Amino acid sequence: MADSPKRTPLYDEHVKAGGRIVPFAGWEMPVQYAGISAEHEAVRMRAGLFDVSHMGELELEGEHAAAVVDYLVTNSLARIEPGQAMYTCCCNEQGTILDDLIVYKRAADRILVVCNASNRAKISAHFARAAKDHCEFRDVSDALGLIALQGPKALAVLSAAGTDLGNVSDTLGGFRFRDGKVAGVAATVARTGYTGEDGVEIFCASADAPALWRALMTAGQSFGIAPAGLGARDTLRLEARLSLYGNDIDETTNPIEAGLGWTVKLDKGDFVGRAAIAQVKEAGPSRKLVGFEMTGRGIARHGYPLQAGAGQVVGVCTSGGPAPTVGKNIGLGYLPSALSEVGTAFRVDCRGKAVDAVVVKTPFYKRPKTA
Amino acid sequence: MSDNDVKDDRKYTKDHEWAKREGNEVLIGITAFAVEQLGDITLVNLDLKAGDVVAAHKGFGTIESVKTLSDLFAPISGKITRVNAELENKPELVNEDCWGKGWMIAIEPSQWDAEGGALLDAAAYAKHVAESAH
Repeated sequence: MADSPKRTPLYDEHVKAGGRIVPFAGWEMPVQYAGISAEHEAVRMRAGLFDVSHMGELELEGEHAAAVVDYLVTNSLARIEPGQAMYTCCCNEQGTILDDLIVYKRAADRILVVCNASNRAKISAHFARAAKDHCEFRDVSDALGLIALQGPKALAVLSAAGTDLGNVSDTLGGFRFRDGKVAGVAATVARTGYTGEDGVEIFCASADAPALWRALMTAGQSFGIAPAGLGARDTLRLEARLSLYGNDIDETTNPIEAGLGWTVKLDKGDFVGRAAIAQVKEAGPSRKLVGFEMTGRGIARHGYPLQAGAGQVVGVCTSGGPAPTVGKNIGLGYLPSALSEVGTAFRVDCRGKAVDAVVVKTPFYKRPKTA
Repeated sequence: MSDNDVKDDRKYTKDHEWAKREGNEVLIGITAFAVEQLGDITLVNLDLKAGDVVAAHKGFGTIESVKTLSDLFAPISGKITRVNAELENKPELVNEDCWGKGWMIAIEPSQWDAEGGALLDAAAYAKHVAESAH
């Protein structure tokens, strides 16, 4: 990208909090503040606050808005009511993944689509093209701030910050959202996240984002809240086995092999990529995205080859690293379906050193059930 | 980053390694700035062992943090006399004491006068760090 990197409305807050700023998908974002492990632990044990304002938000409105979106995604909008959101893939005709999205049904005729920052231009154009002559389309990414409040104390922090949404832990189920006020700021609060913890993601006007961020940090102080950067976001999502676009999924992978078959509703009617995905499902995927643990001494990283037998390359690691909560070196990678069973031993080529690994059940981390 | 984070008793590379002469040996480690950039260190892989010969600027191992992997380069040429075996099970020593207990390898230098002289002194390294941190 030739453009100079963009800053979210919270940039100054990150700098003030000692965040180390790095370029990410065309944005200047904090990779960490106190340190990845400390931030990771804060989210698992208490609460963490993430700036995810760099993500793209698209609004489609009109009688045919839902039909337009439904045709572009693999999951089915008919299965959710207004006030509900769903995770979905958005595929091309080849049935491979253009992006993974959360689609919010604001009303029967008003849909909000949240896409990855790295894919915003592509997805925005894709949806704009499909919306043309059928419904209104607005890319509202720059007008919105998005803050993720995650962790076992997240909802307590939300209450402490002051909200007219009541006791969100009882009134807002998973993947539900509602408009209301948080710390006096008009917001949309969604019970979603990317960490494997309970929590919410809060949309607000860009201009209100700094005030909301500060209010949540202040309200969270007695709960031990910490600002958390992209580094912890990555270790947290990996432990929870949430896919990262550009690593685990991209335009060379299909939802079935990526373990996202549950987002594909073949019976909902036609949609982009349906025929290709149906074919993969019918024949069975030739490879699968598996979770693995290093049993030898080494850390798998994105792009490392996976080996079996006498050392032939049979797959590739898509994400990997030390998992702070799990306390092991873990990873995700594509292996031939025949080698994808839990317990299958293989090796990771860690820059010339073949290190033992084994396929394990995922998610690597599951949050304890609260009573 | 202040000057206090640089030690006067050793030399430096632009890759943020230090080289400290102690008798016949030169101890090699990484600087506080490098540690700060890496974050929590989870694995130190030393690819060479005592007796191996290493050339200046060649890799002698890798260091991994929660975030990333970095190469370790030998600041000088010579024969490796010792490696810090403690790091195998305690990579956190590099976080806790990068200037001391977190040393990585010891080299018996073959061209210390020329190669050691070409390394940065503390003041030059501090300036380099200030520029890297902009």
